[in-house]
Amino acid sequence: MSLDTTDSYVTEDGRTIGGVVMEMKNITLRFGGVVAIKDISFDIREGEIRAIIGPNGAGKSSMLNVISGFYHPQEGEVWFHGRKRPSMKPYQVAAQGIARTFQNIALFDGMSVLDNIMTGRLTMMKSNMLQQAIWFGRAEREENQHREQVEKVIDFLEIQAIRKTPVGRLPYGLKKRVELARALAAEPKLLLLDEPMAGMNVEEKEDMSRFILDVNDEFGTTIALIEHDMGVVMDLSDRVVVMDYGKKIGDGTPDEVRNNQDVIDAYLGVAHD
Amino acid sequence: MIYREAGDFKTSYRKDSQTFPLKFDRVAYFVLLAVAFLVIPFIINDYWANAVLVPFLIYAIAALGLNILTGYAGQVSLGTGGFMAVGAYSCYKLMTGIDIFGVEFPPLNIFLSVIVSGGITAVVGVLFGLPSLRIKGFYLAVATLAAQFFLVWLFNKWGWAYNHSASGQINAPERSVFGIIVTGPETAAWAKYLFCLVFVFFVAWIARNLTRGAAGRKWMAIRDMDIAAEIIGVNPLLAKLSAFAVSSFFVGIAGALFFSVYLGAVEVGEAFGIQKSFLVLFMVIIGGLGSIFGSFAGAAFMVLLPVLLKNVLVGALGWPTDLAAHLELVIVGGLIIAFLVVEPHGIAQLWRLAKEKLRLWPFPH
Ligand SMILES: Nc1ncnc2c1ncn2[C@@H]1O[C@H](COP(=O)(O)OP(=O)(O)OP(=O)(O)O)[C@@H](O)[C@H]1O
Ligand SMILES: [Mg+2]
Repeated sequence: MSLDTTDSYVTEDGRTIGGVVMEMKNITLRFGGVVAIKDISFDIREGEIRAIIGPNGAGKSSMLNVISGFYHPQEGEVWFHGRKRPSMKPYQVAAQGIARTFQNIALFDGMSVLDNIMTGRLTMMKSNMLQQAIWFGRAEREENQHREQVEKVIDFLEIQAIRKTPVGRLPYGLKKRVELARALAAEPKLLLLDEPMAGMNVEEKEDMSRFILDVNDEFGTTIALIEHDMGVVMDLSDRVVVMDYGKKIGDGTPDEVRNNQDVIDAYLGVAHD
Repeated sequence: MIYREAGDFKTSYRKDSQTFPLKFDRVAYFVLLAVAFLVIPFIINDYWANAVLVPFLIYAIAALGLNILTGYAGQVSLGTGGFMAVGAYSCYKLMTGIDIFGVEFPPLNIFLSVIVSGGITAVVGVLFGLPSLRIKGFYLAVATLAAQFFLVWLFNKWGWAYNHSASGQINAPERSVFGIIVTGPETAAWAKYLFCLVFVFFVAWIARNLTRGAAGRKWMAIRDMDIAAEIIGVNPLLAKLSAFAVSSFFVGIAGALFFSVYLGAVEVGEAFGIQKSFLVLFMVIIGGLGSIFGSFAGAAFMVLLPVLLKNVLVGALGWPTDLAAHLELVIVGGLIIAFLVVEPHGIAQLWRLAKEKLRLWPFPH
């Protein structure tokens, strides 16, 4: 299967959505007796914002973990850029241009904000141990080049003032933003966001929404995000997958999903009662 | 405001990532280097070399090594003594000439012997680091403890390692660098000191470079959250084993110097027993986990404390020696607990806080 660009289209707000970059085929993931994901298939197109929604325990995070190579499904296939992906370790998946943030913030607490974001570029740093030990020359040049890119991300997310702060000292909302910065520093082709706005106040949510839209718009980054706030999902996403008890119960544009009876029963009904 | 940051602007990323971003610190560093290399060799005597400076320099190397592994990469090790023994026995074999299956290697230059000993220890360190891929924390500590006991046992039993000497000891023969004797009983105090200082300088420089760049970030990422580290692209296998390799390289150099330059004669259980592992671990904890400066501070502290107590309590106050030694244990034990509970980043962090205060001095805010 080659990259399908025949049915690429332009959205209302003028962004071009391309062909399929990632396709999950009949994924089933079990933990002992618990079936976290039951025979789910869906695709992600180039340049789109794809939301995954569903009640607690539906299997959304598990799905991102399958994409990250952190969980290995018992059945099903993951296709990336038109090729079936062999079983991979998470660091190999990262090297393919997939970056992510976590539902529970997973920053490196003992390091500064700057160092945390610099770790996002580790897969691109090529100097060997000996060159790094000597420092002068290749290692130093590389460090400065990557620092320059990281500074762009820092400017983009407006976190200049906290550059040198140890992340442990930051408030929750800023930690979420630094985690996004670390993922963006990797210049991913596919960005996975697990509840990027959980626990934020309205203002912080607006900021974060703006950043997500800007990332997608300015860098053309494909984004898959999990979010519980329906308003945000409806505003941001091009297409939505709805999961419930490990099964897919809906897939389509926000409007289609909103009017899907199964979805209303399983999810929206609960959320709005 | 003796110590200040204001007005010290960085105009490039290179300048921002240098070791001493502040001019004040940079000047202090060069003055210290000049004194260490150009002044102390001329005024050092046997007492200062043997009781304070040479052990301080060698332990600083060992502490830097352990700090890379434990402080930066978060892998606890109780095998430091054993790895120092690997360095010591490698150095002994290299400097006396090796016979492997009938192939004779002539004695190697002492300078190279020490470096190659570090390399051999790095290989051994990686082997014993393999379990770290599966086990963490307490269990890894126990595994490295097993390495410690195994290595001491090995160098006790393996006649080839000590050239089948009747006493089971190894003795450093006289060797020189550029015509200056650096090992053996005839060595001058300043030569011992300077030989060790050269190694300290390069080891600290390498440690600093590795920890400020990609390798250091990989180690710290694994230390702080290994799952997230792997998902952002760090290969945990390579990160952990490289930490074991670099750490053991340094520890091996320390062991080689400890035997060849400092002690001259070694019985493995006595010189490199489990107490040595704990001593270096205490240096790292008291000095500061994850800090180059802390490794030096911890080594200085643990070397100076007994000297100081001996001079004050035994020398000035006339206490019996064993009572002073017991008091030392009590003090060290108390400090370890205090630092672990109150200030896990050790003396290095206290120093940072003091600098923050100094920056404001004489104004309270
Ligand atoms: N490592 C694991 N071991 C065992 N069970 C797991 C594991 N990870 C997830 N599960 C189970 O899989 C199911 C789906 O969990 P998952 O975290 O994917 O849900 P979610 O949709 O992200 O929920 P939430 O909205 O609460 O984050 C749950 O029943 C959970 O208990
Ligand atoms: Mg989840």
